[in-house]
Amino acid sequence: MDAFIHQVLAGLATGGIYASLALALVMIYQATHLVNFAQGEMAMFATYIAWALINIGIPQLGIPPLPYWQAFFVTVVSAFVLGVLIERVVIRPVENAPVLAVVVVFIALLVILNSVTGWMFTYTIKTFPSPFPSEIGFGRFMSPHEVGAIGVTMVVLVLLYLFFRFTPLGLAMRAAAQNPESSRLVGIRVGWMLALGWGLAAAIGGIAGMMVAPIVYLDPNMMGGVLLYAFAAALVGGIDSPGGAVFGGFLVGVLENVLGAFVIGNELKLAVALVLIIGVLTVRPSGIFGKVHVTRV
Amino acid sequence: MAFLEAKSLHASYGQTRVLHGISFAMEEGTITALLGANGAGKTTTLRALCGMVKTEGEIRFGGERLDGRATEDIVRRGIAHVPDGRGTFVNLTTEENLRLGAYTRKDRAAVEADLQRIYGYFPRLKERRTQQAGTLSGGEQQMLAVSRALMLRPKLMLLDEPSFGLAPLIVRELFSILRTVNEREHVSMLVVEQNAAMALDLSDHAYLIETGRVVLSGTADDIKKNDAVRRSYLGY
Repeated sequence: MDAFIHQVLAGLATGGIYASLALALVMIYQATHLVNFAQGEMAMFATYIAWALINIGIPQLGIPPLPYWQAFFVTVVSAFVLGVLIERVVIRPVENAPVLAVVVVFIALLVILNSVTGWMFTYTIKTFPSPFPSEIGFGRFMSPHEVGAIGVTMVVLVLLYLFFRFTPLGLAMRAAAQNPESSRLVGIRVGWMLALGWGLAAAIGGIAGMMVAPIVYLDPNMMGGVLLYAFAAALVGGIDSPGGAVFGGFLVGVLENVLGAFVIGNELKLAVALVLIIGVLTVRPSGIFGKVHVTRV
Repeated sequence: MAFLEAKSLHASYGQTRVLHGISFAMEEGTITALLGANGAGKTTTLRALCGMVKTEGEIRFGGERLDGRATEDIVRRGIAHVPDGRGTFVNLTTEENLRLGAYTRKDRAAVEADLQRIYGYFPRLKERRTQQAGTLSGGEQQMLAVSRALMLRPKLMLLDEPSFGLAPLIVRELFSILRTVNEREHVSMLVVEQNAAMALDLSDHAYLIETGRVVLSGTADDIKKNDAVRRSYLGY
């Protein structure tokens, strides 16, 4: 029983990370109606920025290695700026291009970020520190990092909820994603709202990357598996439902852990995500909380 | 100097020319109607004023050129557009829709007061303030669209077929509120309508558009008396 509880709780910890990344996918999906395949690599690149800040600093600017939380903060801001830049420079020109063109751009971004990271930092696997002190663990049930990761995820999710629900800017971003034409008519600068959405998604991804790196270790391919779980999470919850994505994230985390530990073994864990993706797409394409789209023919 | 003036507006969708040099002007504080049959170019004219379609020609608002500007910047000059199809943010609540109307305003206290004022005009919207706007009836969504535009505290309102799909009783209610808003708050209005009789009752001036050109203009009363208009558009 203890082992089972442990697996469920550990599942919630990684589930929170999947939930964040799934949320980032949903945010971009709502604005573009496309799944950003480069989301994982953007998160990975941000995590490398954090690693460099913690271990090397920025020697060119004479900045010494930073303490963890300072590096965390600088990373989140850099990821945000990077996300905005990617939208403005790379995505904007293909805004009205056919779906496949945009998908190819996403895949190109994925490959470019992956290779650039490998070239800058080598493909050698690195360890990534956890900032959480050992006192906050629950002994046999949860490690300090798992407790801390859940905490950070929760803070991020609550802040996002408050932002989108209660601030005029959050409202404008939701409006711009739903109905760009009406948004322009009330004076919302829709292009900037989309760029802001990319920035936020990249920042959330960066946090997810920093939370998952102590578990999966840091290497340019670290987010491959994580992104698959996040896809599965977003699809299970409903690709157009932020709440659904969060729920899906936790569900996938727990399922992955419990099935991996007791049913199918660790080697087949990733298959859980793929089975979920195929299962949802065949049985209930709109997910648990997603809207069913009806088209007149 | 006219309040709003358009000079030889041309506009096309792809290869298809829709406006062939439309010119018109309106005075501040008045209600002007653009009348015409389906496909005459009325909606396109309004879209042109808001920078939503590429145009050639000149548009001046308070002496300032509007053509070539982005829609968001035109809105900031005090022009509110009630679009064709109502433009409801269907997944947001009624009140969120209204607040978006005031997105460009910084005077928060006045925005709250305006919200209450609009609930006074349209009590139904108050009843449904926390409801998803997509679930409102057609008439309620039309009222929401007008209200969203009013939340800007516009100098000029562009109304695209406000009577479309509404029951006659609701049209009458809506038009009387528009008249009140025009008189009390001095909001100028440019109304596009197929329902020529209602539009002429509401407006001070009117232009008749056929296939992208102005073919007739004058005071609403003169236009009402015009024989051709009476036969083709008023139907008696």
